[in-house]
Amino acid sequence: MKSKIGTFFIWVVLVGSTALVCLFLGVILWDIFSKGLPGITLDFIFKLPTKGMTQGGILPAIFGTLLLTLITTLFAVPFGVACATYLNEYARPTLITNVIRASIRNLAGVPSIIYGLFGLALFVQALNLGTSLLSAGLTLGLLSLPYIITTTEEALKRIPNSLREATLALGITQFEMIKDVILPKALPGIMTGVILTLSRAAGETAPILFTGVAFFVNGGAGSLNSEFMALPYHLYMLSTQHASIELVRPLAYGTAVVLIALVFLLNTFAYFLRYKYRTQN
Amino acid sequence: MKTKGRENLDLVFKFVFKGTGFLTIALLAGIFFMLIFNSANFFNNVGLAAFFSGNHWDPESKYSVLPLLVSTFLVTLGSMLIAIPLGILSAAFLSEVASKNAKAILKPIIEMLAAVPSVAIGFIGIVVVGPGLSNIFGLQNGLNALNGSILLAVMALPTIITISEDAINAVPLTHREASFALGANKWETLFKITLPAAMPGLIAAVMLGLGRALGETMTVLMATGNASVMPKGFLDSVRTITSTIAIEMGEVPYQTTHYFSLFAIAALLFLISLIINFLGEYFAQRLRKFHA
Repeated sequence: MKSKIGTFFIWVVLVGSTALVCLFLGVILWDIFSKGLPGITLDFIFKLPTKGMTQGGILPAIFGTLLLTLITTLFAVPFGVACATYLNEYARPTLITNVIRASIRNLAGVPSIIYGLFGLALFVQALNLGTSLLSAGLTLGLLSLPYIITTTEEALKRIPNSLREATLALGITQFEMIKDVILPKALPGIMTGVILTLSRAAGETAPILFTGVAFFVNGGAGSLNSEFMALPYHLYMLSTQHASIELVRPLAYGTAVVLIALVFLLNTFAYFLRYKYRTQN
Repeated sequence: MKTKGRENLDLVFKFVFKGTGFLTIALLAGIFFMLIFNSANFFNNVGLAAFFSGNHWDPESKYSVLPLLVSTFLVTLGSMLIAIPLGILSAAFLSEVASKNAKAILKPIIEMLAAVPSVAIGFIGIVVVGPGLSNIFGLQNGLNALNGSILLAVMALPTIITISEDAINAVPLTHREASFALGANKWETLFKITLPAAMPGLIAAVMLGLGRALGETMTVLMATGNASVMPKGFLDSVRTITSTIAIEMGEVPYQTTHYFSLFAIAALLFLISLIINFLGEYFAQRLRKFHA
């Protein structure tokens, strides 16, 4: 009898912990969507902000985040895929490769604000790119690198060696094999990792704080060397720094909805790709 | 294309790929030397003794890192007190109890929780957790260390759960079977056999979650009130290293002592994260060896 009660108690603790974790997500989504969705109109998404950000839409912030993510992609994806290819296809387990792997693991653990400082020192100041869309995109690219390398390497590892051997036996060079056989075959796996990484990058705020994001940019901007608006920073400013915080609360909720929806959309797409890829193989 | 041309192209790309590998080392080294170089400028002016003593961070005059460090530790400690038991128990539930269907629902929930941007979690700290805490404890506002701890726990949980679950799954079935054969029930087996056997992996999970909580900026910046005084408890407003950098770097003129001081506290944060990563990696290696 005693052990039966104990058993039940432990079961309750385990289920309770898991339920609590789910509850956290529930509270976050419920609060943001129940209060934010009513404010989502076409005007909110496709209009410029007006009257000192107390009215109007968030189009420049959406546009800025999309452009920023595009720059991050253009920089981090070729670089990351090339590095993963080196590690998986060329590198032998030497001291140097171990150092490279250790660097990548540690880069993944560097706090994002430190990437912000590095971007400020390297891109904004040393390379003289100023606080700009380009500086911020490159900074986010550096932050994304370790994740893209790791996920790409995982995708490359899943390709059987027999395929490599068969291809090389046809008299093709190693580079041609990688370009024409290995990378196309690994593409869905690589894409999954890339999209998940980008959704994380799109929601990052700390690395872009000093490298180019601004609360308001006249006319919406869009050139590489000008400052830009971004959804996560917009949410931060609306919820903490605005002169009339209570007045703009509905706008903050709306921005949060758009940001979370964007991130979840990217994630869902990535999981769909992964699911399709796994069921195919 | 001629064979010679193809072979040359092959060689060129071999070096291009190899070059990107070396660039990752250069990147980590670059971050390291950028921090060291800028911190050196600061320590030339202020000195290590002043940095590690006193209890005021008051730029232009007093540069004591201690209140920021204590704040960072306090918030992170609180988050781990919440996230470690919750995370490991949830991982145990997922791997030992949950049915296949339950897992198919729970895993995406945990992945969604991991995907919520930190700034949205900080926002929840302002609109939900803050007012809640101020009601419960009768405070003027709920922006304090406890608020930050709760939010950081939420952010660290997906990492801790996912890696812990892998660690528990990696414990060979024979361990469990042997335990059952000796007459132990399901829970005795879980707490006395499976979890202890998974310990290196659980520690690695906690270290990675800890690293994430320690380096997080936006949530603590938004939810902890940012008073730069020595905190006395979880209900005090705190200002972590990361928030200090975020708040002050935007306003400070370049190349001043104040500017360099922010790199100095960043260097300290970098070193702490590095140590935690190494510890996590060490335990992850032990897990791999144990199961090899």
